[in-house]
Amino acid sequence: MAKVTLKNLRHSYYPNPKNPEDYALKEIDLEWQDGGAYALLGPSGCGKSTLLNIISGLLKPSEGQILFDDTDVTETEPNARNIAQIFQFPVIYDTMTVYNNLAFPLRNRGVDETRVDQRVREIAKMLELDNMLDQRASGLTPDNKQKISMGRGLVRDDVNVIMFDEPLTVIDPALKWKLRSKLKELHHKVNVTMIYVTHDQTEALTFADQVVVMQEGEIVQIGTPVELFERPAHTFVGHFIGSPGMNVLPCEVREGAAYFDGQKIDLEGEIGDVAGAITEIGVRPESVSIASTGLKASVRKATNIGRHTVVEALIGDFKIHAVSDNDDLEPGQEIHLKFDPAKTRVYADGWIATDQVAT
Amino acid sequence: MKTQNQKGWFFVLPVLILVAFNALIPLMTVVNYSVQETFGNNLFFWQGLDWFEQVLRSERFHAALGRQAMFTGIILAIEIPLGVAIALAMPRSGPWVSVCLVLMALPLLIPWNVVGAMWNIFTLPDIGLAGYTLNTVLGIDYDMTQSPFAAWATIVTMDVWHWTSLVVLLAYAGIISIPDAYYQAAKIDGASGWAVFRHIQLPKMKRVLTIAVLLRFMDSFNIYTEPFVLTGGGPGNSTTLLSIDLVKTALGQFDLGPAAAMSLIYFAVTLLVSWLFYTIMMRDEQ
Repeated sequence: MAKVTLKNLRHSYYPNPKNPEDYALKEIDLEWQDGGAYALLGPSGCGKSTLLNIISGLLKPSEGQILFDDTDVTETEPNARNIAQIFQFPVIYDTMTVYNNLAFPLRNRGVDETRVDQRVREIAKMLELDNMLDQRASGLTPDNKQKISMGRGLVRDDVNVIMFDEPLTVIDPALKWKLRSKLKELHHKVNVTMIYVTHDQTEALTFADQVVVMQEGEIVQIGTPVELFERPAHTFVGHFIGSPGMNVLPCEVREGAAYFDGQKIDLEGEIGDVAGAITEIGVRPESVSIASTGLKASVRKATNIGRHTVVEALIGDFKIHAVSDNDDLEPGQEIHLKFDPAKTRVYADGWIATDQVAT
Repeated sequence: MKTQNQKGWFFVLPVLILVAFNALIPLMTVVNYSVQETFGNNLFFWQGLDWFEQVLRSERFHAALGRQAMFTGIILAIEIPLGVAIALAMPRSGPWVSVCLVLMALPLLIPWNVVGAMWNIFTLPDIGLAGYTLNTVLGIDYDMTQSPFAAWATIVTMDVWHWTSLVVLLAYAGIISIPDAYYQAAKIDGASGWAVFRHIQLPKMKRVLTIAVLLRFMDSFNIYTEPFVLTGGGPGNSTTLLSIDLVKTALGQFDLGPAAAMSLIYFAVTLLVSWLFYTIMMRDEQ
């Protein structure tokens, strides 16, 4: 068990990187507390798997350091780092029984057989694999195979960090929920730092206490699921998290006020220095309401999604989503939209540019 | 009543005719010869199973079968481990992959009789590169036409040179199909190089190695051209493998009946061993 610190980490797959584009990871600084549950969230190719492989030691970073507690492990081999990694596709040793699969990491480290037996049975019970210990692992279903991979990580009691690289990809949707709650439950039981890589926002938000959102090799925001939803630090986070994503509308900033479609828009706080930047307004559909006054819009589509209606409206050529309780809206109907000022922000070049007002 | 469309037969017919002409009819001819005696002139006398009995009791047949089994056993014992070892040592990515693959494929492209002729010249004691080096430079008494051991060493080496590549290519295909995650997981699990081979690479290569063993078994068990060109079965009968013996019986002595019986027994042995091996290897697969 350990705290994980990443210091000035950069990585490139090219031997002599020159441009920032050559880097798969650009300048990562992070600190993960001991025993926490973290998620790395981002689209495919954003560098999250690279980062994971650097932490596990399968990749050596081009620059920077990795620390477990206060020990520098940058140059340490994966087997000496006391980490466990669960891969996208279940890795099992086909010729062995479930029992031997679970015992494998311990036996490789010369742990004595009585201790091996005790640990294997304990972990198998935790994962509900105890009734199939004598079966050959190759004939099992994907979810049981993935449980074995997890088991091989959990079986060692000296594990610092357990890492999951999109572990539910090959699992049946119906079993995903089950396995995910199993994971959450395991985290509470064993209390090991867990890092979960995924491109699925639901998985990340339900698993983790803290989510790290990445895009193109950079961390764009770190926060709890609520923080990411309530106050996205970057338009990318707004887009990526939430369904439908945050509305992003071009705006003009004049004398400290933002204008969209010729109207002044009330914001959560003062706008910082945005000179020369491309400015946009970001507001979540949940904070857009239909009112009697405000921005004039016409309804394009209204979709009832159960408890409420997602309204797609047009202001000029710009599409805006709003979430409303009103379910008798017709396409073409003229409405007025209002933004909740406390949750409306200006973004400059993608990054949030308004001050948060203390509440 | 349900009417059945019989048009399917029409499409299968060409294949049936082809197989009949190149396999079934020749095989039936052999069956025909194996139960009759002939002195030529298209005169046949019924013999029943006499030829089979004679062949199965013949010491000459036992000796040839023994030599054949020994040859196949030796080359399998060398080619399979060697092929796997070379495949493991080959790079898995980068520009050298294609170089290695081409080098490996080269021996497979050479016609069999050319291989025999090449090795014949190569090992001539007075002018062949290997023969001269062994005899004159290293002072080892080596002459294929005199010593059975030299003859055996040569045909085995020749077969290894010619066919190990096939095992290499098959094993290599098996190795590169293993996802990286397996190696990474093994690294994290602290597995030794041997454990990686034993628990990851070998199981993943099982299917291709089964095919490799089968192909090498069938080919080497039926081998004719190369040893015939190289040693002609000599010195004495020391390298007279089954197929060489068969041709001697059929064409040399014109004993068509016993030769036909021998062919059928030969065929049955090859078939039986292949079937047994395949069934045992695939027992655990669904």
